[in-house]
Amino acid sequence: MSTARYDAIVIGGGHNGLVTAAYLARAGRRTLVLEKRPLVGGAVVTEEVFPGFKYSVFSYVVSLLRPEIIRELDLPRHGLQILPLESTVTPLDNGDYLAGWADPDETREELRRHSPKDADAMAIFGHLMHHMAMAVKPILGMIPPDPTSLSPRDLAGMLKLGKHFHSLGPEKFHALHKLMTMSSADYLDEWFTFDALKATKSASGIIGTFLGPRSPGTAYVLLHHYMGEIDGAFRAWGFQKGGTGQISESIASSARALGATIRTDASVDRVIVKNGRATGVALSTGEEIPANLVISGLDPRLTFTRLIDPKALPEDLVEGLRRYKFRGSSGKVNLALSGLPNLSCLPGNGPHLRGAISISPSMEYIERAYDDAKYGEFSRHPYMDVVIPSMIDPGMAPPGKHVMSIFVQYAPYNLNGGWTDAKREAFGDAVVNTLARYAPNLPSLILHRQVLTPDDMERITGLSEGNIFQGELALQQLFFMRPVPQWAKYRTPIEGYWQCGAGTHPGGGIMGASGRLAAQEILKAAR
Amino acid sequence: MLKTTPFHPRTSALVRAQTWRRWAGYQMASGYDPHPDREYAAVRSSAALFDVSPLHKYRITGRDAGRLLDRMITRDVTKLKPGRVYYTPWCDVAGKVVDDGTLSRLDETTYRLTSADSSVRWLHMNAVGMDVAIEDVTQKVATLALQGPLSRAILSRLSSQDLSTLKYFRVTRTTLRDIPVSISRTGYTGDLGYEIWVDAGHALPLWDALIEAGTPHGITPAGVWALDIARIEAGLIMLDVDYYSSHHALIDERKSSPFEINLGWAVSATKGPFNGRRALAAERERGAAWGFVGLTIDWSSFERLFAAHHLPPQISNVPWRVSVPIYVEGAQVGYATSGCWSPLLKQPLALAHLRRPHFAAGTKVEIEVTVEHQRKRAAATVCSLPFFVPERKKA
Repeated sequence: MSTARYDAIVIGGGHNGLVTAAYLARAGRRTLVLEKRPLVGGAVVTEEVFPGFKYSVFSYVVSLLRPEIIRELDLPRHGLQILPLESTVTPLDNGDYLAGWADPDETREELRRHSPKDADAMAIFGHLMHHMAMAVKPILGMIPPDPTSLSPRDLAGMLKLGKHFHSLGPEKFHALHKLMTMSSADYLDEWFTFDALKATKSASGIIGTFLGPRSPGTAYVLLHHYMGEIDGAFRAWGFQKGGTGQISESIASSARALGATIRTDASVDRVIVKNGRATGVALSTGEEIPANLVISGLDPRLTFTRLIDPKALPEDLVEGLRRYKFRGSSGKVNLALSGLPNLSCLPGNGPHLRGAISISPSMEYIERAYDDAKYGEFSRHPYMDVVIPSMIDPGMAPPGKHVMSIFVQYAPYNLNGGWTDAKREAFGDAVVNTLARYAPNLPSLILHRQVLTPDDMERITGLSEGNIFQGELALQQLFFMRPVPQWAKYRTPIEGYWQCGAGTHPGGGIMGASGRLAAQEILKAAR
Repeated sequence: MLKTTPFHPRTSALVRAQTWRRWAGYQMASGYDPHPDREYAAVRSSAALFDVSPLHKYRITGRDAGRLLDRMITRDVTKLKPGRVYYTPWCDVAGKVVDDGTLSRLDETTYRLTSADSSVRWLHMNAVGMDVAIEDVTQKVATLALQGPLSRAILSRLSSQDLSTLKYFRVTRTTLRDIPVSISRTGYTGDLGYEIWVDAGHALPLWDALIEAGTPHGITPAGVWALDIARIEAGLIMLDVDYYSSHHALIDERKSSPFEINLGWAVSATKGPFNGRRALAAERERGAAWGFVGLTIDWSSFERLFAAHHLPPQISNVPWRVSVPIYVEGAQVGYATSGCWSPLLKQPLALAHLRRPHFAAGTKVEIEVTVEHQRKRAAATVCSLPFFVPERKKA
């Protein structure tokens, strides 16, 4: 076999890397994806860690996967199948609950039970968030123009953006500005009074950040997640059949069908740079693979300081990267269960077990969870987003048995004294014990427990500091600032070396948008 | 009063939002949940349980049973062996479709025919001078369709007989937890699935047994909305929605030949005399004037129509059944008769009648879309049916 000459090598078989590879292959480029793990997906994987039970190990629901990617890569024919995740139930400390159901009337009546005023406000709030999501949607799909640049493309981009904002009208523009600058708690205070409602809503504003609900900027993250709900209109919100890993597999299958080659168990040691130009990669085995282009799907820290020698980079970029915040703040606990948990507030089986269970009983609860993390400890009583995937897709566990996916915040990467096996287990205990307050039979059902700290996430996936978004979704590192100013268009200072991961615009979640935009830029540059 | 099916005591307890409709004179659930999303998902992900008892069912026995049916339907009944099932249309003498359904040969001289419409009169008209007994068993036989990737696993837990060898479009007799049933590997979803035929007196114990055995596999009772989405994805036509029975069409223009509703494959070119043979042979020769095809509606084009009004695309999660004009270069070339948002394929689909030559796969057409009370047109592409066919359907 002769050494194949590739047009492009994508480092990292995460979902964005796979999307980039699929689009490059679709444009006729000979493309190779190199993934260090035995399976593709990065943080979007399904693994049978305990025999018979499938865990969506890290990322566990899908809401933001761009519809154009689904269509253009023909993903349904490659296995993409999103099943509805219809409800959210928040158990309250007084033994009651707050539920959001699939049916808007049922949801409104449920909220009216707690606060008639909030029930009325929800409809108007929903409209506003809808408009905000519509306002942000085009931005997610555009290459971020640099406002400090005078190049025709940047100016045209800024003009387009300006026109877009102008078209919103003053009312919506001001609302958007508020959303961009306020804390989720303050923002929600303007609308609602019922504490558990605000807590549950604000929780989506803190996911993946090292911020509390009262930290400015979290309102935007709220919107980032709300996009998924708005996209409910486009119906791509839910749970992937077979676990999130099947999303990665479907993209990989599409990429292969388009001609891309995917190699697993292939760890890239470095990018080979000759005369300021990337010419290929060297694997940890010493094997060198030449290519015209190299695209990193890894996070900005790995892309710029591990795969290449940062000495080759301009100082402001290195400085920018040093300031770029990862600060992984979330953990994940996956459980194999012998039966169904019984919620004290809603006993027995029912539709509430087919949706999310949000452990966010009050604003103070979440704020206190953050307090622990601020001082370097994991939350003794954390915010949790719990789903039982086997209730939606029975194939995730043996018949009659279940898997439970628990997203947990906060679990700081920089834990006092560092993470140890004992601390990981103590963290797992805190999660299970807190949940047992609301579902007392849970501990007796556990057949297997997988606890993942940010430290574990970094070790397994490579994600720096275990940040699930390849860097916080904070305003100072979004859009033309992501990952750093001047280098937000998927390029790097090294010719032929590109970036495509969630560390670039528009950021994380199983969205695929950065992978697609990167491929577009790469193909445009080649013309 | 509308009739209720033998499963009504169970199904009626599940209908949460009183979403009822009529089906052949019966009261049927459109959905058990207020929205069909979860019920549809079960069809493609686990197993959905449909009450399809309103289907008209006829038991045809006697020495001439095969002869009667061969004279009536467009497929060759002389080749239908016991234990096998045909899906077939049947026509009037002009070669226009009267109805469509399944024909099961239960044994040497016993057949079961299903139809969307009452077929008593037509069967008797065709049976003149023949040695046959025609029994309308519509109310005697209750029918459930268990459809979805886990349907086989669920039935295997209950069946006294190994069902893994029951091939696509075969029928067998067995017992499900001691309840005598006949099971055919058929359905209206284009997925792996079975239809279970049971004496109406055993309907409730059968329902309970299926729910109990199926719960660990995610069995989900599902209504007509979910069934409609699945059958559109599978490209399966529906009488009175996608075409008119030639017996009920008020004007000739409303009648369709099998070739015009994508059932040309089911018209035998070699069999002996049958209703409509001469007209169909001539039509085969000259080519059909209409084609019945799938349309995929271009999402970007659809989205732009709404974006012009600062709206996101609006699509109901309930399938539609109205006539919608289809255009090519500004001229109307046909009409769509049903459609839905495909939760699986993540795009809007429609089934449409198009005039020759516009029905070739790949043809670019436009479909009417109403946006803010104004009639607009979205781009769409003709594609051959089905839209979706999983390997498991026949595996």
